Amino acid sequence: MTAQSSPGHEPYYVPEQSKMAVFATIGLVLSVFGAATGINDLTFGEPDQPASWTVMNIGLLVFIATLFIWFRMAIRENIAGMNSAQLKKSYVLGMFWFIFSEFMFFVAFFGALFYVRNLAGPWLGGEGDGGRMNGLLWEGFQFSWPMTQTPQEAVGGAGSQVIANNGSFTSARTSMAFAEASAWYAWLPLWNTIILLSSSVTVHIAHMGILDGDRRKFHKWLGLTVLLGVIFLSLQIAEYYEAYAHFGLTLNSGIYGSTFFMLTGFHGFHVLMGTTMLGIQLLRSMRGGHFTSDDHFGFEASSWYWHFVDVVWVFLFLFVYIL
Amino acid sequence: MGDHAHGPAKGLSRWLFTTNHKDIGTMYLWFSFAMFILGGSFAMIIRAELFQPGMQLVEPGFFNQMTTLHGLVMVFGAIMPSFVGLANWMIPMMIGAPDMALPRMNNWSFWILPPAFLMLASTLFMEGGAPGFGWTFYAPLSTTYAPPSVTFFIFAIHILGLSSIMGSINIIATVMNMRAPGMSYMKMPLFVWTWLITAFLLVAVMPVLAGAVTMMLMDIHFGTSFFSAAGGGDPVLFQHIFWFFGHPEVYIIILPAFGVVSQIIPAFSRKPLFGYDSMVYATAAIAFLSFIVWAHHMYTVGMPIAGELFFMYATMLIAVPTGVKVFNWVTTMWRGSLSFETPMLFCVGFLILFTIGGFTGLMLSIAPADFQYHDSYFVVAHFHYVMVAGAVFSMSAAVYYWLPKWCGRMYNETMGKTHFWISFIGFNITFFPQHFVGLAGMPRRIPDYALQFADFNMMSSIGAFIYGASQILFLYNVVATIVSGKPVSDDKVWDGAEGLEWTVPTPAPYHTFEVPPKIDPAHAHT
Repeated sequence: MTAQSSPGHEPYYVPEQSKMAVFATIGLVLSVFGAATGINDLTFGEPDQPASWTVMNIGLLVFIATLFIWFRMAIRENIAGMNSAQLKKSYVLGMFWFIFSEFMFFVAFFGALFYVRNLAGPWLGGEGDGGRMNGLLWEGFQFSWPMTQTPQEAVGGAGSQVIANNGSFTSARTSMAFAEASAWYAWLPLWNTIILLSSSVTVHIAHMGILDGDRRKFHKWLGLTVLLGVIFLSLQIAEYYEAYAHFGLTLNSGIYGSTFFMLTGFHGFHVLMGTTMLGIQLLRSMRGGHFTSDDHFGFEASSWYWHFVDVVWVFLFLFVYIL
Repeated sequence: MGDHAHGPAKGLSRWLFTTNHKDIGTMYLWFSFAMFILGGSFAMIIRAELFQPGMQLVEPGFFNQMTTLHGLVMVFGAIMPSFVGLANWMIPMMIGAPDMALPRMNNWSFWILPPAFLMLASTLFMEGGAPGFGWTFYAPLSTTYAPPSVTFFIFAIHILGLSSIMGSINIIATVMNMRAPGMSYMKMPLFVWTWLITAFLLVAVMPVLAGAVTMMLMDIHFGTSFFSAAGGGDPVLFQHIFWFFGHPEVYIIILPAFGVVSQIIPAFSRKPLFGYDSMVYATAAIAFLSFIVWAHHMYTVGMPIAGELFFMYATMLIAVPTGVKVFNWVTTMWRGSLSFETPMLFCVGFLILFTIGGFTGLMLSIAPADFQYHDSYFVVAHFHYVMVAGAVFSMSAAVYYWLPKWCGRMYNETMGKTHFWISFIGFNITFFPQHFVGLAGMPRRIPDYALQFADFNMMSSIGAFIYGASQILFLYNVVATIVSGKPVSDDKVWDGAEGLEWTVPTPAPYHTFEVPPKIDPAHAHT
């Protein structure tokens, strides 16, 4: 800046113009429009219309490419020394409030779980003032968690098709809850908990590595964290396969299946995001030599995100699998 | 890093690629006005249909689409973006910052809005029609019985939420990080304070709305049963999640309006705002309470009595901090050297009419009484008193107040005052009678009504056409000001105005406060 600076003031870098927003918008809108058209085709129309999925994929490609260029630009600006301490604090605040918004997204799904388990479920089963509907509509339905029989199954017969608006909600044969103490070692969620909790430790050790300027330590422990993330995701894929192939637990398995898959599914998606973010930080450090002991925000932000995903898992483990 | 004195780029690229908070604020403001006209035209169709009893102009299904889109466009397209636009223009200038904290993301937050609304409006032309389940989109109307276009509605809501979250993160980062040295939190202008708290509310509840529409999407297309009792879910669950978003949402709309009024009333009373600290605490208290009152929108849904009582008393508590605010505004005017230019007129109109809306809100908060009022035109009258006479009036006030600073030209005062009086009269003719027909039992969202409601409905419709027409005068006045208004050159356009935005030249240069200003430590607050 040619402007006269008051003593002690570092100018705040305001980029002149940027094409990033427009390209990101094009990518986002194409992918969303393609997805909506494709999903509607599946549900309401002819399933065989690849055009919508092509539009979605093009949109996603544009979006991801834009994000790549956008982040690269921000990183280069930082390396070029354009970011004042104040600007760096803006990034910190941005990341913090982004994670807070993610947290609130999970609150909606946990809220649904608590409401169904503690209020709506018992009412459907005939408890309390709300319980009169049981005799009127859902005769024979008894509420338990995990749900062993959906209200539709309890009513049974041709009437149950009508009452479910031609939906088909068939409860799972086996739930994901902890079954036998003797077979604890075969219970995937326990292993996933151990894996994810350890990964929070490993990412912290990696952080200490970069703080000490020990790049070898940083690479080793960050690589281990990414590996643990990948193992977690593989185990979750195995778990989903088991659920669909052997347990009869699907998205159609009533509210138990709905909450189970939506909570673990969105968490799994966030683990995928976190693993990708950490993996990119690893590549940045290994190939680009990025990060110094006092400037490594890309890694720090990813590790905060990772800790957040870990905390969500603790709640998931508690409320979806154990309790 | 360009030259200090550089101006905006030329042509369309100025707007597409801009990172300037003033450009982005301008785009938000024009976009929201376009949406205001669109949503307003939907309202005109509604009032034309209701001009007389019986079916007049449109099919009932289309009428439902009009009420739905009117609500969605006004809430998400007109009111919210207008205040975001105001935040973009004013917050950096009020706190002495060179721009918003994250300028490129700021541009993105804006540019995803127009396509989202294009997608939402395009549902009108889709097979099965646009969503017709009301702006609250209760399940199962919005799931089992929804038209296929609901999928596009869901994704439009996702994009709007993304825009709001990014915009809010930007505002929080700006306010927390970019204040000029010496401007402590308790020295910030009240508009900045109300927006900081609003942004927090947005980051907290927009993801919950995203969760709600995601559950809808899954229920409609992928066989889940969140809102279907046959699978063990509950349609009422939708209402709980929606209103956990929806109640803070109404404060998201009104808190920035409070901020605007708290800037303008002191300026035209030529007195500092009375009770600045209590204003801040009252705003925070309202924000906190907004999270624990959501079920007062659903008293008749069959909640346990303990729930009804809790939500009733919690809701009534909101009257306390809101009362603090109203009394503070009135006390600011008390023994002030008052003058009634157009911005002040709109603020006084706000003060009177918003208070009426607040009182009807208090009536609605009483659970046993609400059993009578629920889903009647009384509710419609109530929330239009807070949404239109509250948010939209304060937005009009804000435009008249800051327009000379933005474009360096003075609007036509006579035309402005005419706009106010026609709006004020038209608004009250529209919505005051709706209290009566509501109390007498006329249900909302129905295209036909019993004969005894005919006179009041005709009055309402005439009032609505008057109010609608007054907005064209507003548009004309603003455009005429920008094109050929009388130039003003004083930094301080209004003699009683306080704040950093009045220390920069008029019109405000493209870049302001590239070097932070000095805040006079003796100044109580700006």
